[in-house]
Amino acid sequence: MNAIIIAVTLCYILSAIGYLVYLIRQETYWYRAGFYVLILGVLLHTIWIGYGTIQAGHLPVHNLRETLSIAAWAITCLFVMLQTRYQLKILGAFASPLAAVIMIVSLQLPSQTTYSSPAFSSLWLYFHIVTVFLGDAAFALAFGAGIFYLVQEQAIKNKTPGFFYRRLPSLEFIDATGYACIVVGFTLLTIGLITGFAYAKAVWGRFWSWDPKEIWSGIAWLLYAALLHARISMGWRGRKAAIMAIIGFGVLMFTFFGVNFFLKGHHGDFTRW
Amino acid sequence: MPDIILIGLNHTTAPVELRECIAFTPEETVVSLNQLKQEPDIEEVLIYSTCNRVEILMVSSSPATALELATQHIAKLHQISAAEFEPYLYQWENDQAVQHVFRVASSLDSMILGEPQILGQIKTAYHTATQEKASGLILNRLMHRAFFVAKKIRTETGIGDRAVSISYAAVELSKKIFDTLEAKKVLMIGAGEMAELAVEHLLRQRVGKLYVANRTFERGVSLAEKFKGLAIRLEEIPALLEQVDIIISSTGSTQLIIKRVQVKAAMRARRHKPLFFIDIAVPRDVDPEINRLNNAYVYDVDDLQNIIEENLADRKKEAIKGERIVDEGVIRFREWYDNLNVVPTIVSLRNKLHSIIEAEISKTLPSNQPEGSPNNMAIQKMIDAMVNKIMHDPTRLLKQEGHHINKPVYLDVARRLFNLDK
Repeated sequence: MNAIIIAVTLCYILSAIGYLVYLIRQETYWYRAGFYVLILGVLLHTIWIGYGTIQAGHLPVHNLRETLSIAAWAITCLFVMLQTRYQLKILGAFASPLAAVIMIVSLQLPSQTTYSSPAFSSLWLYFHIVTVFLGDAAFALAFGAGIFYLVQEQAIKNKTPGFFYRRLPSLEFIDATGYACIVVGFTLLTIGLITGFAYAKAVWGRFWSWDPKEIWSGIAWLLYAALLHARISMGWRGRKAAIMAIIGFGVLMFTFFGVNFFLKGHHGDFTRW
Repeated sequence: MPDIILIGLNHTTAPVELRECIAFTPEETVVSLNQLKQEPDIEEVLIYSTCNRVEILMVSSSPATALELATQHIAKLHQISAAEFEPYLYQWENDQAVQHVFRVASSLDSMILGEPQILGQIKTAYHTATQEKASGLILNRLMHRAFFVAKKIRTETGIGDRAVSISYAAVELSKKIFDTLEAKKVLMIGAGEMAELAVEHLLRQRVGKLYVANRTFERGVSLAEKFKGLAIRLEEIPALLEQVDIIISSTGSTQLIIKRVQVKAAMRARRHKPLFFIDIAVPRDVDPEINRLNNAYVYDVDDLQNIIEENLADRKKEAIKGERIVDEGVIRFREWYDNLNVVPTIVSLRNKLHSIIEAEISKTLPSNQPEGSPNNMAIQKMIDAMVNKIMHDPTRLLKQEGHHINKPVYLDVARRLFNLDK
């Protein structure tokens, strides 16, 4: 079965190459090749995760190796879903290299599971994990769009059209893409937090237990809520929105890694290695 | 074989006054084609005349006479003495003439490298020549190859990719700011050739409403009519900043027309939707500080000029690839042209017959005949005799001397009938 996960990683790497070559040469067939290989990777990855879930009796998220694998899956899966809905071509040059790198790192980590408990097979928990990871993935894409926006804006403001100016789409389009990602991410994160509360109530008898991860997730949620509010009520867009998306993702990354490494809490086991 | 020759002058060799004087109107072209093709020393002729060049392309077996005839014809038609324009003429023969035609059609020889109009002009010249039956087998083939080479260069190199005029550069920039220009509102302040060109380009991108502001309202009204826009007074501009997306300014004013505070106030009202200023005026109309406001972009003439220069440099780089494609085309044409000679055609026809007969014989007869056996030798003799008999009449016809048959046409037909160029 290990062959599958290596095949998945290979697919992501090939797809990343396809997208990066597309970025440089702007020939449609590179982008298409990258996209199809990515779809293949997502399918294999889904099979792999499904298999792992049946084997273990719960979602495979009990060490950093598995968690990273799920994170990569969430990014590629969400990107493929968004790609079929919107034309995000260029964002693939961010999503698939990111997924490829995460998978490569994940494969270097040990695979033994720390411990198992019947509490992990709750439906609430499945839902909680999947929505939170997909939400994070959407924010990762918004982060990528934010960086593209700043690069493109810099080129136009400084009047120095260069390599990226020619290859990146218009500012308005990048901005709209980032916004769409944030709306999707925020919706998923909200659902993820609610299901998390429900699960906590069922297992520990309380919705909120001031766990560091809960606090930081709350902060990230508030930040994105503020960003959406500013956009809807005051039309905040462009540079400010891009910077907010980048900061928001920074907070999320801290929630994902930092909290587990530096602070203690009941989420810690999932990223232990 | 006749020679392909070309005589002409262009923007690099001749001053504009002379080019204007030498230029052929469409009617003059038709008359000239008919006169020149009557000359026994000119077999085929084609003329193209644009504002940057006049060239006469000919096929002739006595090139020196043909060139002399063409020069005299220009002098007579435009009633100037040949001595006045002869120093500015260039002449090319065969491969060099072919290369020149390919370069012209591909816009490698144009004043603005990569400009697309020249190919259309050459196509028109070709159609005129075929209609007047002035061009024949060789020039027709040459022109078709020229169109092919030009198209190949356009698709395989970036020679025509980037804007090299102020107005196009402005439109290209707009497309990097806005997702689509459709339904975007445009405000034109003042008037002028460049501003009006930019507006025309934008209208072709199907922008939405157009507002025209002018110091004299009457002038504004007439401009607005021309572009189907709405004329407004200068005092209305600050309020309009909340609505329009692209502003093209080109007034003679010595003071700033649009100030930073005005835009800053408008940005909030327009919910920070992007606002693009194209400032073509000198001195400038739009405060350059506006470029530092979020979601507002200001480009003045110098900025656009810099972009154009970069783009031109890119086109020059792409032109190197274009020259390579031209050279390939010249070699391909040369191969075809050489094969129009009598000897290679007869040789390849002979070889084809030989190989067909031999292949059929080896299929029919048992293959264990030893090399050099009497039987085998008799068969070889028979094959040679057959080929010689079949080839006798075609060879005599093709080798006939004299002007009463158009040899290239016969050779071309022979090559095509037997598919010798596969």
